Amino acid sequence: MKLWVITRLTVREAQRRKLLWIALALGVVFVALFAGGFHLIYREFATFSQSTVGGQVQYQVVTVFFLTAGLYVINFLAVMMAVLTSVGTVSGEISSHTIQSLATKPLRRWEILLGKWVAYSVMLGVYTSILSLSLVLVVRLISGYIPNNWLGPIGLLILEGWVILTVSILGGTFLSTIANGVLAFMLYGIAFIGGWVEQFGSLMASDAAVNIGILTSLVLPSEALWRRASYLMQPAIIRNLPANPFSTASVPSPAMVLYAAFYIVALLGIALWVFSQRDL
Amino acid sequence: MSDSPTIETHRLRKEYGDKVAVADLTLTVQRGEVFGFLGPNGAGKTTAVKMLLGLAVPTSGSAQILGRPVGDTQTRSRIGFLPEHFRFHEWLQAAEFMDLHGQLFGLTLQQRRERIPALLELVKLTEAADRRLSAFSKGMLQRIGLAQALLPEPEVVFLDEPTSGLDPLGRRLVRDVIRKLRSSGTTVFLNSHLLSEVEITCDRVAFIKDGTIVRTATLDRLVEGLTEVILWVGQVTPEFLDGLRRWSNELQVDGRRITLTVQDEASLPGLAQWVVEQGVGLYALTPQQLSLEELFVQVVGGEQ
Repeated sequence: MKLWVITRLTVREAQRRKLLWIALALGVVFVALFAGGFHLIYREFATFSQSTVGGQVQYQVVTVFFLTAGLYVINFLAVMMAVLTSVGTVSGEISSHTIQSLATKPLRRWEILLGKWVAYSVMLGVYTSILSLSLVLVVRLISGYIPNNWLGPIGLLILEGWVILTVSILGGTFLSTIANGVLAFMLYGIAFIGGWVEQFGSLMASDAAVNIGILTSLVLPSEALWRRASYLMQPAIIRNLPANPFSTASVPSPAMVLYAAFYIVALLGIALWVFSQRDL
Repeated sequence: MSDSPTIETHRLRKEYGDKVAVADLTLTVQRGEVFGFLGPNGAGKTTAVKMLLGLAVPTSGSAQILGRPVGDTQTRSRIGFLPEHFRFHEWLQAAEFMDLHGQLFGLTLQQRRERIPALLELVKLTEAADRRLSAFSKGMLQRIGLAQALLPEPEVVFLDEPTSGLDPLGRRLVRDVIRKLRSSGTTVFLNSHLLSEVEITCDRVAFIKDGTIVRTATLDRLVEGLTEVILWVGQVTPEFLDGLRRWSNELQVDGRRITLTVQDEASLPGLAQWVVEQGVGLYALTPQQLSLEELFVQVVGGEQ
């Protein structure tokens, strides 16, 4: 399959352009910082709260809060990485004409695009997994705490990255690199704000606000996936805290996860179609 | 299938919005021909090549390459292409670049191992095999692009301005490669505005202007095309000049010396006879060998 030639080429490009190494090196710094910070805070908190009633509960609250905060950063990093790595992969090759020497070879246009998508989604998936698993492991080693459900949330973070990646790949088939970047980040911003409107709406029992949130989640289901990931990981005590970046007054349903998967397939299908029709 | 022409287009047209890039392109390139596609910048040469290679979809008309409709995926393993903008993935080393394109052409590992060193040698880049393309000069990039186009031992090679970035030695190298391709029976479609190159290498040329082929000519018989003639006569009368305009509407009168262009060489005896019959005294009638450049200016340069 020529598709794998393109996939390997894309991964090699990420290596050669040092993108992979910088991302991994800074990922290590991030995990180390998290581990150091969590270790210090956890130790302080342990001496402070040992005597108080319900100290055990507070332990758990702090731990979960810190872990969720770490995963929230990874969620953000996954989105950034998804856009920044892939935003110019199609439009850039078209404007620099390197695409011409690929598209005149005996392979189909969709193989070029799908080959790139596979490469980026695998790199993004592996990167997100490594970072998230590292955080879960760090927390487990330092505090002994492990969330009831951590595999599901990590899967949702990966899915979120793929959603944004697919938007950026689709945009690249008909937009310039810069316009595509603006599109991807603005959509993310809209979904983000929509998520907050939904959370506050739910707290204030405003159906209209919740519906706005759901609508923006349909436009881009990234924030909804994060909310669900966050919800799944938290024990009931944190779920009941008032609105914060990790709170989930209105929980996206499993249907939203299914929708996100469908969303990826549909957008990718459109991208393949647009790319196979356009002049290069 | 082998008797079908290499390239056959019928009324090919391409519009980008309101702009017509190629208006009406009908041409046939036979097997083994070295075909020059000439025209000023913006005449539609590159758009025509893009349509032939399946990079751009024609607005109307049809085209076949090697007996198959353009854009057919499998046929592309028999087509080599050096793009005009020879921009490649510059973070690759030269040998990696060749290997990548060999894989894309569907060559086996064995074939790649045989052909890549031979082609690097052909374009004199053997020593640069381990260097990254980002460190290559424009000429080196063009040469590696040419080598890449030859990987599948193609039946037809499209070269879009293949010598634009090259020094005289590089040009000679490309010329030699084209000669080798010709002798091995490969069809070459050469897009160029470097007329001296075309003159040396091509069997036949087509001139394109405003997206239409205005003329095709076989290069060894260029004189059969528009022929410029210099006349020396004893006296120039208005009646004589009027009569002469029936032979050519481009007259340049300079005393007793008149320069005109006739349709073809075959009309020269008739012209001589007519001048003699006018009784103006014919001192000389000298047909000028037209160089490709002059032909180009005549055919294409008209009202520019």
